[in-house]
Amino acid sequence: MSIQEFVAPHSLSEAKSLLADGAMASVLAGGTDLLVGVRLGTRSPERVVDLKKIPELTAISVDAEALHIGAAASAFSILHDSDVPSFFPGFAEALDLIGSTQIQGRCSAGGNLCNASPAADSIPALIANGAQCVITGPAGDHQMPVEDFVLGPSKNALKEGELLVALILPRPSSQTADAYLRLTPRTEMDIAVAGVGVSLTLDGEGTCTAARVSIGAVAPTALLVEAAGAALIGTQLEATAIEAAVAAAREAACPISDKRGTAEYRTHVVGVLVARAIAQAQARIVEASS
Amino acid sequence: MNAYQEFSIIGSRPIRPDGLDKVTGRARYGADLNMQGQIYGYIVRSPHAHAIIQSIDCSQALAMEGVLAVMTGEDLPVPGDSVLGSGEGAIALKDLSPMVMSQGKVLFHAQAVAAVAATSPELAAEAAALIAVSYQVLPAVTNMHEALGADAPILHADRFPDGFPEEPTNLAAHISLEVGEPDAAFERADVVIEQTYSVPMCHQGYIEPHACVARVDAAGRVDLWCSTQGHFTVAQYTAALTGIDVGKVKVTASEIGGGFGGKTTVYLEPVAVVLAQKSGRPVKMVMDRGDVFRVTGPAPGAQTRVKLGAMKDGQLVAADVECVMDSGAYNGNPAGIPAFMATACYKLTNARSTGRAVYTNKPKIHAYRAPSVPQVTLGFELAMTELAAELGMDPLAFRLKNAVEEGDVNMMGAPYKRIGLRECLEVASTHAHYKAPVAEGEGRGVAAGYWINAGLQSSATLNVLSDGHLSILTGSPDIGGSRASMALMAAEVLGIPFEHIHPQIAATDAVGHCDVTGGSRTTLATGQAVIQAAEQCVAEMCRRAAAEWEVEAVVVTWSQGAAHYGEQSLTFEALARRAGTMGGPLTFSSSLTASSAAPSFGVHICDAKVDKETGRTTITRYTVIQDAGKAIHPAYVEGQMQGGAAQGIGWALNEEYLYDEHGALQNPGFLDYRIPVASDLPFIDTVIVEVPNPLHPFGVKGVGEVPIVPPMPAVAEAVYRSAGVRLRDLPLNPPKIVAALQEQ
Repeated sequence: MSIQEFVAPHSLSEAKSLLADGAMASVLAGGTDLLVGVRLGTRSPERVVDLKKIPELTAISVDAEALHIGAAASAFSILHDSDVPSFFPGFAEALDLIGSTQIQGRCSAGGNLCNASPAADSIPALIANGAQCVITGPAGDHQMPVEDFVLGPSKNALKEGELLVALILPRPSSQTADAYLRLTPRTEMDIAVAGVGVSLTLDGEGTCTAARVSIGAVAPTALLVEAAGAALIGTQLEATAIEAAVAAAREAACPISDKRGTAEYRTHVVGVLVARAIAQAQARIVEASS
Repeated sequence: MNAYQEFSIIGSRPIRPDGLDKVTGRARYGADLNMQGQIYGYIVRSPHAHAIIQSIDCSQALAMEGVLAVMTGEDLPVPGDSVLGSGEGAIALKDLSPMVMSQGKVLFHAQAVAAVAATSPELAAEAAALIAVSYQVLPAVTNMHEALGADAPILHADRFPDGFPEEPTNLAAHISLEVGEPDAAFERADVVIEQTYSVPMCHQGYIEPHACVARVDAAGRVDLWCSTQGHFTVAQYTAALTGIDVGKVKVTASEIGGGFGGKTTVYLEPVAVVLAQKSGRPVKMVMDRGDVFRVTGPAPGAQTRVKLGAMKDGQLVAADVECVMDSGAYNGNPAGIPAFMATACYKLTNARSTGRAVYTNKPKIHAYRAPSVPQVTLGFELAMTELAAELGMDPLAFRLKNAVEEGDVNMMGAPYKRIGLRECLEVASTHAHYKAPVAEGEGRGVAAGYWINAGLQSSATLNVLSDGHLSILTGSPDIGGSRASMALMAAEVLGIPFEHIHPQIAATDAVGHCDVTGGSRTTLATGQAVIQAAEQCVAEMCRRAAAEWEVEAVVVTWSQGAAHYGEQSLTFEALARRAGTMGGPLTFSSSLTASSAAPSFGVHICDAKVDKETGRTTITRYTVIQDAGKAIHPAYVEGQMQGGAAQGIGWALNEEYLYDEHGALQNPGFLDYRIPVASDLPFIDTVIVEVPNPLHPFGVKGVGEVPIVPPMPAVAEAVYRSAGVRLRDLPLNPPKIVAALQEQ
């Protein structure tokens, strides 16, 4: 069955009713996954609801507490027309790894999250930064952490008629920085064999007071590895602490062997990336405070 | 001695005549033509890698509104034992026909079994899903070593290669050559090494998918438009495969978005013609990317065992090469070339060379840029480098000591004329790249390469237009800037401005026969036809000027675009404008079977850095040095050198066909079939060496293929030097390098 109807509502309420009237509907928050799926025959919505014309879904704002990123805001606008990169350089680098410049003009962080690919680049970066999902639907609005949002490959926590509205990232202190690294055989136009998002907070003495480590492409969903973060908290990020975080990440990883890499390789390389991402986040904090 | 020694415009770099349309999106590629009333063809493909087709029921599809024709293999003539073409280009119809549509049996996953034509592409796809095919599934084998095993499923029970008559096996061909006494020579060698190297099946990776539109008129004449490297070959193949007289098939070549050898055959065209015949409507067919990977192209994977013997002073004394090539489901003739060409760079009077081709349940392999030579050269050149290290010699000095030169004889038996390998090695040895110290943590590799280069048949027609411009018609699709080269060569002979010349690719009924754009032959052979036609034009213009001046033609000279005698002159434009009263239209044609082809050699230098933790390799510096004979348009020669290097680097590092246990390709797309992107490569530096080809009026040698020959061994050596671990099984992807480092 091919697409029968394309609708581009201008308000959230209109979008919600278009998603809730029982039609086989898919949202288009960029279309870089949806249209490929339709072409491949893996997605066959009757109705496509374009979210790009709804102002609050493409808005990006900063207040004293947090950054709010509309779920359909394009990667390009996040990267080039917002303060997001200065607050979250790691998250920005993750977005900048998606596709090409042309793709980034269409694709969105919200779409990348809802598409729920195990190898999505932005998801570990969001998890590392403690991002929350703002969801609206027939039963009202609610929030949930990103790490709980993805349930499995191509499966997210949205219920019938629900819509991801925005992502909220708590505003980092000046002693906090993030990093995202991935491994691909090519430099770009490629998909992660493993990805790692890290967010660290250091005190004035260089002691780690908060740490979140998330790993991607090594399990059915991106994982928050709490043990890896815990291994860093209270340390000066000395070699033994990093080794412990690396070991925790490798322990948490449960990858498959496929055309993109063997399970052994992915488990090995996710640890390499954890160590490097920790070093990069640490360097960012040191650089910012010097 | 070349007929032309000094050049005025050859060697300059004008903008290609086809460039503007290409960068503004106006150029028409295979899928860009639409004919009035056209309908759309869709192919039903096998879900099994090896099966007997028990029945095909098209009735439900045919009953659909908007479906105008269906076809199966029964609509094609039974191939029998007929052979198309001759020599290197010969192919048995029984190896070609099943690549278009199977008859009775499928031998690889996604092989075509039926087709349908309907009024929209969506309807055609829906109708295809209603064609019911019943299969008896057979065990499949996709690994060529397993295919040679005793209990492997046999693909062709009725085929026996020469000399192996007893039991059917999956051996498709076996060729063994020997010169001198290799065994005795190994006995007296000071150093002998023997290693085995392998390289996976890969794809040419052209960006433009196969596409065509076919129309059949009321008299049964076929008008076919397609993306191809050779529309005369398309006409010949399509006629033979459909049983239509070749004289009734006209083919027009579209602009072409890459081919690299892969578009020297047909896949969709005969199907579109049959569907057009049956429906009475033009039929358009466009292959999707997945099917391009699944059913077209692949270059054979190969395993090469190389044994080399040398004296302490670095003199090579013996070689023994055994290359096993994966032919896919039908015979793509990959065995002969490695056997003949493995040793072609070096003086070897004692050598043995064996090539074997093996049937597997995968698509039949097809030509890819210097077909089969990169695979065997990976082994031979890496063995040369390993042997140089054992001898304590510089790898370029070792090659220079043994490099072939004029008069040497290779395994093909004919002595080389003037060739440029030594010159390339000398340039490489003194190049700033080779002189520069290897950066910390990096490694450097070098390798040489050979390709024979083809001549074959070409034709050109020159029409002098009444305003003094010139139209050039050839039948050689322009895949690498050859229209610019044709115009430059005509401009050189005629002395008229490049901008006044309009080179075009004419349809099969508008110009003399041209063989495919392949074998690095077009600038050489079609160019030679252009040169000859231009020389006829000069002679005729001089004759007309002489008549005007009432002198003997022999005293009239031609220079700078004009005929001269004493103080008098008549320009090309003047003679063109007055053609009607001076003897009629000025039209000149030349056709030839070129015997001027000469081999090309190249030497590559590669620096690479391996991240030992992740196994990722970065190519940090790369230089291509190549003998072009005479570079007609140096920018496009450099483009060929860079493009070949880029493809070879991709093959070395990441490109690879991956099959699942059922014989289905797992990575039929550019996301997971990883050709390099621009940011994966450094700027590829080039040095054009010019050792003129004595057989060609301008000294041209083919340049398009040899640059893909040296990259794999050069990259593999650089990776070894950086990583500290020797891998002889390509591709050198990150998981493989990490596994090897962990084993160490």
